[in-house]
Amino acid sequence: MNKTAKMVIVLTVITALSGGILATWDGVTKPKIAYHQLQALKAAISDVLPLYDTYEEKNINGNMIYIGKINDSTQPVGIAFKVDGSGFQGNISIMIGVDPNFTSITGIKVLGQIETPGLGTKIVVDPSNKTNPFWFPEQFGGVVLSPQIDVVKNSIPQNPNEVQAISGATITSNAVVRIINDNIQRIKDSYQSEN
Amino acid sequence: MAKTPIPLSKEFLKGLWDDNPVLRMLLGLCPTLAVTNSAINGLAMGLATIFVLISSSILISLLRKVIPHQVRIAGYIVIIATFVTVADKFLAAYLPEISKALGPYVPLIVVNCLILGRQEAFSSKNGVIRSIVDGLGMGMGFVFVLVVLGSIREILGSATLFNLQVLGDWFNPWMIMILPPGAFLTLGLLIGLGNWLNERKVKI
Repeated sequence: MNKTAKMVIVLTVITALSGGILATWDGVTKPKIAYHQLQALKAAISDVLPLYDTYEEKNINGNMIYIGKINDSTQPVGIAFKVDGSGFQGNISIMIGVDPNFTSITGIKVLGQIETPGLGTKIVVDPSNKTNPFWFPEQFGGVVLSPQIDVVKNSIPQNPNEVQAISGATITSNAVVRIINDNIQRIKDSYQSEN
Repeated sequence: MAKTPIPLSKEFLKGLWDDNPVLRMLLGLCPTLAVTNSAINGLAMGLATIFVLISSSILISLLRKVIPHQVRIAGYIVIIATFVTVADKFLAAYLPEISKALGPYVPLIVVNCLILGRQEAFSSKNGVIRSIVDGLGMGMGFVFVLVVLGSIREILGSATLFNLQVLGDWFNPWMIMILPPGAFLTLGLLIGLGNWLNERKVKI
């Protein structure tokens, strides 16, 4: 009995102390973590939209939409939003920027991915391409959204709605394009229903 | 360190080579294989592990007569998990880039058998100072292997070391080295090299 009581008391004290320490530490680190997340979000938005002065955050039907605006102008310069989808090995999340009429893409940035290092990860940066390591995400700038974005393999894109696949990472390249195609209509509908 | 008596220094040095957690005892292989695709990741992982190892060693060594034998594993795990969470939050708050690169492997330090193994085999039976020295030695041995492994894989797989270009454009990076097979190949060769060196040492 005495032994049992000791076990319970010791474990309770240890877990209670642990809880206290973690709660305090969480209070210290939480604002810093939130700050980094906000900085990352801001950086992503400014990467995918043309130059803007401020952005407005709107929650439409559960979709967070960031609208970039220039001071003294009612017309936005572009609309950014985050979408998710499955890639080759796991989830890919992408920040997409489009012009206010949803006719073409202004830029994309991959925020999270676990694709094959050295192949699929070229959707973020391609160190093997010395002239432009960011050729894959950058080629989306200006791509036309109608009827939809298409992927071409082993050739230079000829049409305004085409992008070039990464050789050796076709599934990942297709996944990025599919994620964009699949989500853009939904965001467009909810954005235009508000305006 | 110069003034420490011989047994203590032996306690420290055993972790570096003779009882090296990775090369000799083959403990903590999951993070060893998973995060060493670059030298900086290996270093960060190793330092996080040292922090958890030493902190838990101190606490468990202090509490070794308080924690009842029957619930010691539960007690150790709670203590280790607390320090792991502290380290995880610290990385997320102050070194977000590294935190992102290490991903789920920082929280997984909880189940690194190197840490629980040292508590069970050493800290629960020895005094605080001795436990710190043991933790430091084992931790340094762990960092040493992780950095060597990460460096080899980064140089051959990305032609860089600590993100600085070390091999020229003539070198075509061996992609496989930063993929999981590269981790197994390099670790196997390192363990083999360690065994070979030990055999030679015995003969001399």
